[in-house]
Amino acid sequence: MKKKRRNKLIIEIVGILIALLWLSPFYLMLVNAFKTKSEIFSDVLGLPETWTFENFSQAFIDLNFVNSFMNSLFITVASVAIIILFSSMAGYALARNKSKLSAVIFMVFVAAMLIPFQSVMIPLISLFGQVDMLNPTGLIFMYLGFGTSLSIFLYHGAMAGIPVSLDEAATIDGANKWQIFWKIVFPMLKPISVTVMILNVIWIWNDYLLPSLVLGGENATIPLRMFFFFGQYTKQWHLALAGLTIAIIPVIIVYFIAQKHIIKGVTDGAVK
Amino acid sequence: MRNRSVSFWLFVTPTLLALALVVFVPFIYGFVFSFTDWNGLSANEFIGLANYVELFQDKEFLNSIWFTIKFAVASIVLVNVIGLGLALLVTQRMRSSNILRTVFFMPNLIGGLILGFIWQFIFVSAFDAVGSALGIEALQGWLSTTETGFWGLVILNVWQYAGYIMIIYIAYLESVPEELLEAAEIDGANSIQRFWNVKFPLVAPAFTISLFLTLSNAFKLYDQNLALTNGGPFNSTQMVAMEIYNTAFSESDMAYAQAKAVIFFILVAAVALTQVYYNKKREVDL
Repeated sequence: MKKKRRNKLIIEIVGILIALLWLSPFYLMLVNAFKTKSEIFSDVLGLPETWTFENFSQAFIDLNFVNSFMNSLFITVASVAIIILFSSMAGYALARNKSKLSAVIFMVFVAAMLIPFQSVMIPLISLFGQVDMLNPTGLIFMYLGFGTSLSIFLYHGAMAGIPVSLDEAATIDGANKWQIFWKIVFPMLKPISVTVMILNVIWIWNDYLLPSLVLGGENATIPLRMFFFFGQYTKQWHLALAGLTIAIIPVIIVYFIAQKHIIKGVTDGAVK
Repeated sequence: MRNRSVSFWLFVTPTLLALALVVFVPFIYGFVFSFTDWNGLSANEFIGLANYVELFQDKEFLNSIWFTIKFAVASIVLVNVIGLGLALLVTQRMRSSNILRTVFFMPNLIGGLILGFIWQFIFVSAFDAVGSALGIEALQGWLSTTETGFWGLVILNVWQYAGYIMIIYIAYLESVPEELLEAAEIDGANSIQRFWNVKFPLVAPAFTISLFLTLSNAFKLYDQNLALTNGGPFNSTQMVAMEIYNTAFSESDMAYAQAKAVIFFILVAAVALTQVYYNKKREVDL
């Protein structure tokens, strides 16, 4: 018994050491963000001699952080809301309608997941450019197109757990399809909606390539602004690292508040 | 009945329309234009298979495919071995299990671009500092050669995705019935035997999922590539996704880039269909 407990302790210590190793990139980013340029040059690994906040205030201004944060927030919230709204509707209709046509449409959505973004990127930008849709509205619509397949797939799977008898009972009570869906089915889909939301938020919030092709200047999201900012400050690591730290903080806060949901959502999304 | 089909279309049309306009129309449009000399706005001439013939002699493109395949192989092995290791570690009943899980998963929530920039600093500055402090030459000059660029990308990818793959393994490990392990223990199986003979077969489906997830992630990688090495030195660490992007938007050779994108699609789809095939086969076997 004693030996077993000692083994447990050794495993735990090993685990903590690996976790510290895992965190070391963040440690290095953080401590060097507080240093001056010359101090980074002389000592990368240690704590700063004096903690300067100037890097942060300059990075905050140069990143135009309030503006880029609001842009990211708007694009993410709007896209994810629309994805949930329309994908849950489609998932419901496709699962309940047992016709051949419905099965074929479902297969089309699933098949679309095989097409990688880079295969449609060039014509997509060209076509949307021709109709003047390279703007936030166009971007949100694109996210619906790219995100809906997986979301419908997840909703379609979750519908199996919601008995048809509920629909039938509501129909007898005089409800139409629209009412049945929003008043009865959609509330019951809440767990899968959380999963769909988490997966799409992680993707859209962090996406760089698509917005870089669609958005410019005033509408730039955080990753986009980060790219320009970084290009401007190569070799000025004190500022670059302060900028990176600022960009990460909102994500870390959300993660610590909602980590249980996030980990569960990611698991469900991958395993199902 | 008519009413019912009206509501069916009402529910399905918005997403179907978005999918068609965002994915299928560009896909077909691009496929057609890959046989022309399209420059992004207009095509003047139908040139048949010329773009495809050219790309199979394009050293830079072939190099990027080869580099991507090597990267994918190294990533798959390391991400899965380390991901499974982490999963086994945090499923030991320890006080710190939850915190460890949280830490290992954390990199997945941050965008590849930002992670790439952080690691650029680590490889260029921190590695260099450690290298010169301890006199290890191998730690100096990272990202300035093809080899260190390659391993830099692999390390970044492993650090980011191992925690994600860990989550998948955990889901399967936790579904292994406790009684089964206890029974094995009573029968005298040691912890290694319990792993290979009891846990391992039950966790096998997680391997298929994780393998293909890692593979398709590795193939589509762009942000990390851009932020960490930007293809350098001399485009030698450029992966397929970046090569296509540069052909299209730096060299403005749209039709040619689209032909590469079609080949890229065939590669990625082949990988995904193989996965579907194996999953189906496994279900039958069960």
